[in-house]
Amino acid sequence: MSGPVLACRGVAKLYGSGLARFVKDGRLAAEPERLAADGVTAAVRDVDLDIVRGETFVIMGLSGSGKSTLVRCLSGLIEPTAGEVLFEGRDLSKIGERELIQIRRQQMGMVFQNFALLPHLTVLGNVAFPLGIQGRPKAERDARAREMITLVGLGGREGRFPRELSGGQQQRVGIARSLAVGPDVWFLDEPFSALDPLIRREMQDEVLRLQGMLKKTIVFITHDFDEAVRLADRVAIMKDGRIEQIGTAEELVLAPATDYVRSFTRDAPRAKILTARSVMRPADGEDYAGHVPAATRIAAFAHDVEASPRPFAVVEDDKVIGTIDRVAMIDVLVGRELKAAR
Amino acid sequence: MSIAAAEPAAPARSIDPAHVFWVLAAVVTAAVVMLPVEALPAWAWKYPAAWQLPFAAWISSFTKWLMDSASFGLFTVRDLTRAISWLLDQPLSLARAVFATGFVLGQGSDAVTVFPAIPWFSMVIAATAAGYAVGGRRLALGMAAGLLYLAVFGQWTSAMVTLASVLVSSVLGSIGGLLIGLACVRWRWLERAVSPFLDIAQTMPVFAYLLPMLILFGFGPVSAMVATVIYALPPMVRVTILAIRAVPEEIEALGRMTGCTRRQITWKMLVPTALPALMVGVNQVIMLSLNVVIIASMIGAGGLGWDVLTALRSLNIGKGLEAGIAITVLAILLDRFAQALALRAGEVEAQATRRRRKTIVSVALAVAAALWLATALLPAIAPYPEAWKLSTAPYWGQLVSWINLTFFSTLEAIRTAVLLNVLVPVKRFMLALPWPWVVFLVTAVGFRFGGWRLALTVGLMAAFPAVVGLWPATMITVYLCGVAVIIAALIGVPIGIVSAGRPRLWRAIEIVIDTLQTLPTFVYLIPIVMLFRVGDFTALIAIVLYAVAPAIRYTAHGVSRIAPELIEAGVMTGCTKRQILTRIRLPLATPEILLGINQTILLALSMLVITALVGTRDLGQETYSALAKADVGRGVVAGIAVAFIGMIADRLVSAAAAGMKARRGQIQ
Repeated sequence: MSGPVLACRGVAKLYGSGLARFVKDGRLAAEPERLAADGVTAAVRDVDLDIVRGETFVIMGLSGSGKSTLVRCLSGLIEPTAGEVLFEGRDLSKIGERELIQIRRQQMGMVFQNFALLPHLTVLGNVAFPLGIQGRPKAERDARAREMITLVGLGGREGRFPRELSGGQQQRVGIARSLAVGPDVWFLDEPFSALDPLIRREMQDEVLRLQGMLKKTIVFITHDFDEAVRLADRVAIMKDGRIEQIGTAEELVLAPATDYVRSFTRDAPRAKILTARSVMRPADGEDYAGHVPAATRIAAFAHDVEASPRPFAVVEDDKVIGTIDRVAMIDVLVGRELKAAR
Repeated sequence: MSIAAAEPAAPARSIDPAHVFWVLAAVVTAAVVMLPVEALPAWAWKYPAAWQLPFAAWISSFTKWLMDSASFGLFTVRDLTRAISWLLDQPLSLARAVFATGFVLGQGSDAVTVFPAIPWFSMVIAATAAGYAVGGRRLALGMAAGLLYLAVFGQWTSAMVTLASVLVSSVLGSIGGLLIGLACVRWRWLERAVSPFLDIAQTMPVFAYLLPMLILFGFGPVSAMVATVIYALPPMVRVTILAIRAVPEEIEALGRMTGCTRRQITWKMLVPTALPALMVGVNQVIMLSLNVVIIASMIGAGGLGWDVLTALRSLNIGKGLEAGIAITVLAILLDRFAQALALRAGEVEAQATRRRRKTIVSVALAVAAALWLATALLPAIAPYPEAWKLSTAPYWGQLVSWINLTFFSTLEAIRTAVLLNVLVPVKRFMLALPWPWVVFLVTAVGFRFGGWRLALTVGLMAAFPAVVGLWPATMITVYLCGVAVIIAALIGVPIGIVSAGRPRLWRAIEIVIDTLQTLPTFVYLIPIVMLFRVGDFTALIAIVLYAVAPAIRYTAHGVSRIAPELIEAGVMTGCTKRQILTRIRLPLATPEILLGINQTILLALSMLVITALVGTRDLGQETYSALAKADVGRGVVAGIAVAFIGMIADRLVSAAAAGMKARRGQIQ
């Protein structure tokens, strides 16, 4: 695997008038106070990140944190004021419009918060739309669209119009459409925020299922920390246009870089995030009730450990590297400061 | 000068400075009117002729130069306009041939009909089928009944001439408006450049630009059509801009993410998504076209408008009424058809019904076409048989005579009472105002509502009529329009309040105001002239009837749209129904009501100009008589003066409403 698929280098996006004076050598050269004093808002600033092939990268932040702007920079929908966005090592703003159109047609797919379904087209027409834009023959695009519709579980509803579907079904259409061209990078911009909590969960499962089959590079935007944790390989937490921290869910919980990150992780479902490795204590040769792999999440074995008076061994490569007992489990579940260091 | 007179009125206790401004303005105005003649220099009472700018003469000589000597080198301006005229004539002639005249070779008495126009029975069948296709059984029935009416009452040929003009103008207006609107969305500078022209085109009376059209394109249907398209196009541009901007930003993002080109985004995504809203614009274009085609009969559009006009001129009330009703029928048919079309654009129906409908419609259309072919072979069957025709004209004449004989004294008493107690005093008051004070007052109000820019704009517009020497006519216009608007508001706002929140009543009222708004302005005059003869009072009633609809509609909308929590909060604090109305609903609905009044003013102005036909002495009369004398400059200047009155009112009221909304954070 070579280099990141998508990368940001010092990306900033400002809104206001007379922006050029804040940019020097392609980098943002002004303090936030100065920007504010001049009536310029920085939707995104100083963002550096790498997204590697096949990972699910979640950008999490509350409304106004700049996450939607950032994803639009990543997808090339808007051009950053400063810094560069690299797609497979090439600066998106230096690629010509024609080639950018080709990249979007072949390699990118996007799902939108409010679905962005075309009201005058049927489900089939909507899913086949990106293929039609590429000028593929009708038979081929219909076949492909049907395949996608079946994939997202809407088989038999091809002839319906968007308004005849529920919100969850509409977003399934949006997902099918974004996947129809077989993109490498899949952007999902708060795809489930407009849905009910129960449907939202169901749709998250759907994304996990699809990702299990398709292995795309996913950039997923959300304001919901639980959603981020469920889906992400890595999470970037944004605040006021800046990235506060990037890391796996476990890293965020164990070592929040700022108080802001801590405020999210405090109530996170630790049992589902932390692994045996991060909770274990050094092994001291007791007799064990059983053993658990070091990379397993606590929720997977919590019941067994709690039921047993004796500790469990934490193993990696057939070696015991630590031990875990009831007390450690309860510490995790009530959110007491973790003694275990990493 | 007169400020001193007002100072005692300044209240000693502390009240809202806004009130001080208005009280001061009113008191000073009253004082100024009562000033003896010697108190002010003569130029303040009457704008001196020596200071006038001869705009009218300039415009006249410019058009004369333009048409007589201006040249692009290879060809003259006249050649150009005649070429455009020829080009525009093609679709129009085709439509007229299809609907009314048939395809004719040769001229005058040598003319040979090559192929006949659609006979009435084919048209009825085809229109019914079209009605069924877009609006189902009810619309089909309506179409059939309406068209049969036209045939039975002998209005067929005129109606078809009008229909042909309306169809061609609507198509040109809709397409042109759509394209301009799309261009405005794409290039913001274009929108800024086009916007003032749209304002003027909409507020300038139609009469005023019939004349330039006449000069540029000659007497005949083409000039009428160009005038119609210019008048009907602005709303389409506006609707397009709004509708395309209202498409969710995500749709455009989707287009770019799927790699659409700009053209693909526009035509495959934005326009189809915005289609239901765009069809509302098309509906407006059709209705405005009909309205103007009627007026444009004066410069040769022919058709039903011409019938009404000749009937009005010869005071043949019965004939005028029949033609007027025919216009109404046509208007309602077109309106319902266009509405059904707009509704359908956003609708989805099951495949089976779609297929069945398609079969029925195509069979009907085939029958209509076959019958049309048959008339080509057997011309005798084409015309509607004379024996089946009905005319109610004589009865109407008799009815009017009877009413006039029986109720003459009552009607006359009403008329005189209103004239003496309302119209004449207001007219005297307006004419007694010195023009510098009026200009100053308008500027001051502009400053209050919108700062320097607005003050400057409205001030200059207010000074214009004085500078071109039309001050008295302008004041008469303002007085008639003002009285009409006040009456319309006094009638409309209470009706709006009462009908808001009473869906049943509202539906009934909506039918009435929809009909009032669908009727072309001409038609209003007929029954009122029957009862009250010509004059200001007749004009007043016609204006009020025409302009009352938006006052009702906006009030009802504003009052019923208030957030239910606020009403609940009112109920929980123990408000009575009346208190909820006066303390919650009305204050919150005020901006909306103001916008309704704004619309009322604009409609009143456009109707006012039409009432020149019944002998008012205002700017409408100026444009109308300029038309008769082919005096371009005078007509255009008077037209601009009317447009400025409308724009001043529009700017001030919109600014007031926007300020009110902004203060309450209700910005949309």
